[in-house]
Amino acid sequence: MDVSQYLEIFLDETNEHLQNLNTQILSLEQEPDNMDTINEIFRAAHSLKGMAGTMGYKRMQNLTHDMENVFSEVRNGNIKVKANMIDILFQCLDALEEYNTNIRESADEGTNDNEPLIKQLNDILNGTDTETANTEAPVTETKEETKEETSGADNGAKKWLDIKLGESETNVLNEAQKQGKKIYGMTVKVQESCILKAARAFLVFKAIEENGEIIVSSPSAQDIEDEKFDLDFSLIVISDGSLDEIVKAAKGVSEIEEVVGDVYSVDKIAVKEVKEAPVKEEAVKTEVATAPVTEQTVAAPTAERTPAASAGKTDKKPVSGKPVVNRTVRVDIEKLDTLMNLVSELIIAKNSLVSASGTESNANSEVHEQIEYLESVTTSLHESVMKVRMVPIESVVTKFPRMIRDLSKKLNKKMELYMSGEETELDRTVVDEIGDPLMHLLRNSADHGLESAEVRKERGKPEVGSIFLDAYQDGNNVVIEVRDDGNGIDTEAVKNKAIDRGVITPEQAEIMSEKEIIDLLFNAGFSTAKVVSDVSGRGVGLDVVKSKIEALSGEVEVKSKLGEGSTWIIRLPLTLAIIQALMVDIGNEKYAISLGSIQTIEDIPVSDVKLVQNKEVIHLRGSVIPLIRLNEILDIPSKKDPQDNLIVVIVKKGDKLAGLVIDELIGQQEIVIKSMGKYINKCKIISGATILGDGEVALILDANALI
Amino acid sequence: MEELKTVGEIMQFIVIKLGDEQYGINIRYIDNILRMQNITRVPKVAPYLKGVINLRGEVIPVMSVRIKMGLPVDEITKSSRIIILKMEQQGTIGVIVDEVKEVVTLDETQIEKVSYDSKDEKDNFISGIGKYEGGLISLLDLNLVVPENA
Repeated sequence: MDVSQYLEIFLDETNEHLQNLNTQILSLEQEPDNMDTINEIFRAAHSLKGMAGTMGYKRMQNLTHDMENVFSEVRNGNIKVKANMIDILFQCLDALEEYNTNIRESADEGTNDNEPLIKQLNDILNGTDTETANTEAPVTETKEETKEETSGADNGAKKWLDIKLGESETNVLNEAQKQGKKIYGMTVKVQESCILKAARAFLVFKAIEENGEIIVSSPSAQDIEDEKFDLDFSLIVISDGSLDEIVKAAKGVSEIEEVVGDVYSVDKIAVKEVKEAPVKEEAVKTEVATAPVTEQTVAAPTAERTPAASAGKTDKKPVSGKPVVNRTVRVDIEKLDTLMNLVSELIIAKNSLVSASGTESNANSEVHEQIEYLESVTTSLHESVMKVRMVPIESVVTKFPRMIRDLSKKLNKKMELYMSGEETELDRTVVDEIGDPLMHLLRNSADHGLESAEVRKERGKPEVGSIFLDAYQDGNNVVIEVRDDGNGIDTEAVKNKAIDRGVITPEQAEIMSEKEIIDLLFNAGFSTAKVVSDVSGRGVGLDVVKSKIEALSGEVEVKSKLGEGSTWIIRLPLTLAIIQALMVDIGNEKYAISLGSIQTIEDIPVSDVKLVQNKEVIHLRGSVIPLIRLNEILDIPSKKDPQDNLIVVIVKKGDKLAGLVIDELIGQQEIVIKSMGKYINKCKIISGATILGDGEVALILDANALI
Repeated sequence: MEELKTVGEIMQFIVIKLGDEQYGINIRYIDNILRMQNITRVPKVAPYLKGVINLRGEVIPVMSVRIKMGLPVDEITKSSRIIILKMEQQGTIGVIVDEVKEVVTLDETQIEKVSYDSKDEKDNFISGIGKYEGGLISLLDLNLVVPENA
């Protein structure tokens, strides 16, 4: 079977399941007796096994199969969760992760059999006294039933006897009997190794329908189609032919283990109690009377299947016991990108309409009205498309508790990770990219930040170190903070190291502010850990973090207090493609400045400009703000008279302010950010370009790079 | 386009003028030829990068072949054109030329390879000389003209 087209879905879902397993096993470590968690783990492992099997990844299937076995025993109460078991399980997850990575890269799971792990899993299993039970029925879902089969003798295999009939079915059966047709009950058992059970069941259905008519099935036809059955399903069939013929037809389908069938007598029919629908037809009443009470009690233990059976063909009855279907659609990110591009084009077209209507001496007010309407529609359209692309950062941060747990063991430090704001949403492309930088920062906090338990005790801190990961939205930005209560950054150590490495000279070091020194950490090839550990300290950490975040048009900042801990603050823009911007004129060229970074716009008389250390500053409401003359930075002569008042746009980066001197304000506009290609990415102060209403290209100034 | 090239080693070139000389650009790299339009200057980039233009909603960088080849600075006239090139490695880029004349078809016998020992800077961008109707056309090696990275 060609399964390549499902590969993407498989990888996505495997990731989800693995993440889920990670989280659940972590919480299992905290509460080893939580049945919900155990069930959840079991389910996830089971789905993983099924998926891997379908895709033909045998090694992955084997490993998950053994994990599932362990959990089934845990679920049955035969094994208690122990610490070493959790460790093994985590190793298993890592191994699965490795398979997954291999598959993603080469569509092949690799050749690692992970035999030691499988052996360890089996050791856990064999630690209990239920060896035989394990080998006999590795698939636990069927375990209860297989037990039932052996103990319950006859009725166990002939499960069709348990099928409860609704009124319409009994009618049909009575009718058929009157016409001299034969009624058979049969139970079909699928081989354990069968991968596409639903497909097999479908073939069985088809084979039987050639010889007769299927009246009822248990579970319902829909559930069978959705593969919501274990290894067997039961049918009641009306036919003119003999039982042998039908059984033979069913057995003709491959991967069918056995087919048990017998003549079905209407006397045996167990009629289910119809509570919602009042019994109207006399025929049913008689059936109720004839139905032996014993049959109903036999049906009781298989309560799990009864709702499905009742859902059979009586459409009027509400379908109970069916899980609520998740009403979501998986969409390829590329399709969303296309949609986003189209919305961008629409906004550019709208902008041209706006500028075209502006030039015509406001001839038609109706046109203006319609354009305004169009404007509001495109804005909301843009917003909704943005929202579609937003995903909670949860998907990346859920793997961190596990990572911290592992680090804690590896570094032999006690630490705890506290997370908040996992539901904060960001553009999908940003979320995909932010995982690595965050991981770096967390590792950094764990390795460099937190002190060892002894040192912490000496300093009067709680022995267990805390790392916090907080995410929240702040205006047009999303802020993610990684905070620890460790040692903080030792600026002296950083300074000495920087001098050692030749990053700065001792003279430079003298005049550097604390902040500037901390910023040195982001230099390539810089690591202050005295010992290189395999957790961090290869000197390729923070500069990568910085460049990655800057590539996402974000910024990273550190606050630290020696002895008390440090905080790393990452700021990311909510959207990447379309922003509100202030259009300005500098020497007859048009530039856009993102509205998100603008604080205020001021009109400053030339006499108010002061010189501090040979730099121009202004004094504004109690703060001294450095001035940046944009025309000088952009190499273009200003067209303004030097005696005129200055127009200053006050921009903010973190808690720093700067005043950008421009020639003229044009106005606020929604702009679409376009990449300028790789030729022109060297220019740091330009973050992109946009197309204006008149078709001209305007450049977007990156206020963050200017400060 | 690939087929055109393989059939009997016949290649098509667009003949352009830079100053008094004629140059040929292999047609398979050419995406579009535009009239001169307003180019938005980008500060702090190499001098031969003239800026960016809007091509059907895409922002495309435009470079001056003259400055790159060490010729006198472009004089924009009515016949000036921007040729949009689609390169495999470098992506899409526009080049400014003085004039676009015609399309010529040359087979292998009409193309003469040039040696690289010439000291003249502009000859370093030439992959060969085409002989056509008595005239000579310098065939531009676009991979040398268009830089990998600015």
